[in-house]
Amino acid sequence: MMMINFSSAFIFIVVGVVFVAVTLLIARLVRPAEPNVVKMSNYECGEDPIGYSWITFNIRFYIIALIFVIFDVEVVFLFPWAVVFKSIGWIAFWDVLIFIVILLFGFAYVWNMGDLDWIKDLGNLKESEDKQ
Amino acid sequence: MVDYITILIYALISIVVFAVLLSTVAVLTLAERRISAFMQDRLGPNRVGPWGLLQPVADGIKFIMKEDVIPLEVNRFLYILAPLMTIIPAMLAFAVVPFGHDLFLRGRVINLQVANFDIGILYIFAIAAMGIFGIIIGGWASNNKYSLLGGLRSASQFISYEIAMSLAVIGILMVYGSLRLNDIAQYQGSLWFGFIPKWGILVQPLGFIIFIVSVYAETNRVPFDLPEAEAELVGGYHTEYSSMKFAFFFMGEYANMITASALIATLYFGGWQVPYLHNIGFIFPKLGIFHLQQWLVALIEILSFAIKVGFFLFLFLWIRWTLPRFRFDQLTDLGWKVLIPLALLNIVVTGALMMLRII
Repeated sequence: MMMINFSSAFIFIVVGVVFVAVTLLIARLVRPAEPNVVKMSNYECGEDPIGYSWITFNIRFYIIALIFVIFDVEVVFLFPWAVVFKSIGWIAFWDVLIFIVILLFGFAYVWNMGDLDWIKDLGNLKESEDKQ
Repeated sequence: MVDYITILIYALISIVVFAVLLSTVAVLTLAERRISAFMQDRLGPNRVGPWGLLQPVADGIKFIMKEDVIPLEVNRFLYILAPLMTIIPAMLAFAVVPFGHDLFLRGRVINLQVANFDIGILYIFAIAAMGIFGIIIGGWASNNKYSLLGGLRSASQFISYEIAMSLAVIGILMVYGSLRLNDIAQYQGSLWFGFIPKWGILVQPLGFIIFIVSVYAETNRVPFDLPEAEAELVGGYHTEYSSMKFAFFFMGEYANMITASALIATLYFGGWQVPYLHNIGFIFPKLGIFHLQQWLVALIEILSFAIKVGFFLFLFLWIRWTLPRFRFDQLTDLGWKVLIPLALLNIVVTGALMMLRII
């Protein structure tokens, strides 16, 4: 049965890839190609682009990304637990309650430190800088 | 021993499902414009064919005939890879969605879905997550400031809402005890107090709200369409794309909407279930049995599934013209400070209620 499932999913993948490839091929044969320098430049509202966009850039959410990894691992743990939850009973319930509570301590710490905010509040830091 | 006829039947189902998915995408592009127009007291595109029904065909021809402008400064390999990485997973995610009872055909059991994987819902999450990579890579490879910002917003939005979505689904998995979407749909036919169908929305109302909000964020739809906010980022991650490559991004987004609607219907609204309809016909409690052929039952179920999915697709469009776009800090706040704590609470409450035999 599993074999059939995989073969039908494989057929689905093949149909998908073939569809995309054929469409691209037809488009390639049919469409015009008249490039020029202005047309091939990057779009920046009509102005000449200034510099590259591959620069060092503060993406702001790197701490959120780290927390995401931790929570995603938690979700991975919870999936198999959820499926067998009914047959195990109270013990499973208390186990995961303890697990979630421990995680919530870390979550509360991160929240309190302001790492979940898009613009981190640096109020105290700024005041002390002003005094100097 | 491999049963070739069964494989042939499934191959046929795969191709039919793929064709239906593609035509739904096409109809949806028209429906979006027409419904938007009606909500703004306009007519919308109505010139090509009756009621504008051939408009998607005209759009498709135009996409194919357009010149494909690839800017000189892009990273060519990733630039071409990105739209493919968006559309192919978007199409594949639909493979595990069930749309009817098992059929019994001369000793063969045929599931009315492309592939009945044991890990059903994890497959959808895994494959749908691949689509986000296409957006991020496309945004970066374009070497355009607007695209880069769109891609980064998409990444941040994805990590903010993915957890809430998975945690909301865990509530459903606890109640129904299976990862297979077909089993989940099957269990929702069982009755509560003998007459109320045990649909997900009744068992998991809080989980439903968390899930639907997260799904809107994951599919980059209004009010969470910041990666392509046209008022501030031109086109967001697809600013530099033209011709068929742009069309692939576009179709990927619509295919994701369809999969999302199918998932909402399957997890929370009984999927293909019609209340009191079993594989031998309608069984009304205390009223008796009304027999039907299995072909007729399958047909009613597919129709019921299509109506549910259609309603949720309409809801996507409806909400687009009802709610304004979020600001970005509001968006991350909603994900991390509201939905994730609520989803954890939902898991604990669901567990307690199940242990006390209330659900």
